[in-house]
Amino acid sequence: MTVTDPPPHAARHRIAHSRIALSITINAERHALEISPTATLLDVIRDQLGLTGTKKGCDMGGCGACTVLVAGRRVVSCLALAASFGDAAVTTIEGVGTADRLHPLQAAFIRHDALQCGFCTPGQILSAIALLSEGAGSIAEIREGMSGNLCRCGAHPSIVAAIAEVAGL
Amino acid sequence: MSGPSFHYVSAAGLDDALAQGTRRDAIYLAGGTDFLQLWKSGLATPKTVIDISRLPLTEICYAGDMLSLGALARLSDVSAHPNVRAHHPLIAEAILASASGQLRNMATVGGNLLQRTRCPYFRSGELACNKRAPGSGCGALTGENRHAALFGTSAGCVATHASDLAVALSALDAELVVAGVAGERRLVLQNLYLLPDATTAPDSTLADGDVITAINIRGAAAFAPRSTYLKVRDRASFEFAVVSVAAALRIEDGVISAARLAAGGVAPLPWRLHESEAALIGRAPNEAAFVTAAERAIEGARPLDNNAFKIPLLRNAVIRALQTIGVIR
Repeated sequence: MTVTDPPPHAARHRIAHSRIALSITINAERHALEISPTATLLDVIRDQLGLTGTKKGCDMGGCGACTVLVAGRRVVSCLALAASFGDAAVTTIEGVGTADRLHPLQAAFIRHDALQCGFCTPGQILSAIALLSEGAGSIAEIREGMSGNLCRCGAHPSIVAAIAEVAGL
Repeated sequence: MSGPSFHYVSAAGLDDALAQGTRRDAIYLAGGTDFLQLWKSGLATPKTVIDISRLPLTEICYAGDMLSLGALARLSDVSAHPNVRAHHPLIAEAILASASGQLRNMATVGGNLLQRTRCPYFRSGELACNKRAPGSGCGALTGENRHAALFGTSAGCVATHASDLAVALSALDAELVVAGVAGERRLVLQNLYLLPDATTAPDSTLADGDVITAINIRGAAAFAPRSTYLKVRDRASFEFAVVSVAAALRIEDGVISAARLAAGGVAPLPWRLHESEAALIGRAPNEAAFVTAAERAIEGARPLDNNAFKIPLLRNAVIRALQTIGVIR
């Protein structure tokens, strides 16, 4: 939707709607936006910027499908109030690798068959990128460190194997 | 998923936040991880959200045997901090047992202490719950109460407190610094929380507009070599505690000279086990002493239909935690 469209829940609003300004950098591109004060970072990324690689799963912080990086740190964008992220530098899956030059984790996910439907994969990749920078020194630490990303297809063993390979374990 | 609209204001400083915080139906936003869940579920309907997340209350410092955590420090920054790991590994352990990597990057330590219960009757938004709707009753009392509390409950509420960090901080006698319109005050962590009565179950003793600015832990670094946070849960990670135990010992000349024990998942607040601690002092750190402490821990438990299993679980968790840290090296 464009920045002038009201959000879909506007009809239920009891308070007159006010837009607020948000300056945010997504994948190294700066955006000057007008957002709803209630918009989550996920809403802004998907609905205002059309970057639909970031997925909305549970929308309650439990599944990790909406994981993005803010200043290199992984967060669940569904529980991030966008208004609070002024001047943040966000990385979404669109900013990771290209079709010609995959990120090493993307290539490893393919090699290890670490996905079936693919819905959780963007969040898995971004979470794994952050995990590797946090430091994961064992399979157990990868399993623990990736517990915030669910895969309903059950590809977890392959996901762990792909990350372990890139981590050199 | 979305809740009702609100006005958003970003606090320019602490004084600005305090001035705005007493507005009717205003709430503070820090990490937002609990608030946004509550708001999306219709359980929090503020007219104004005051963003305090960028206030300079994130410092973690250790000086003169006191660890001070800025209330807006993120969980992950606290658990990774060299001084926390060196002097208060119990805090780092409790944090790393909490939530997920993503949430720990977002959630603040002050907000963690104020997270609301995970009791399904509270979170449902519709079922009877005195905590959500005072006077509506407690559906869990005779309903699905597998996760309910064993201690400190009332006929009005049997919900547990969800924070792991609060359990560790309780064991370490943490003190909060709270700023309010009337000025700054100190509050022992235990006094942040209230027990429920017959029809109400307030979350905290904070007044409207109060802001936790810091969490101080004094003089407990001597426990660093012997402390552990044992969390028993339904899955190995990213799950709330069924039962947890924060334990810390000092052993001198083969005898326990100081002990700290607190339990999570068993009460409406972090449940300090003073009787168990007293039972350990002056004893050799052996099985008999640990069992005595564990038996004291479960005295007075009041189980409901589905949570009596927590009694042996708590007993055994206390023993296991003490075994882990009580080894004479």
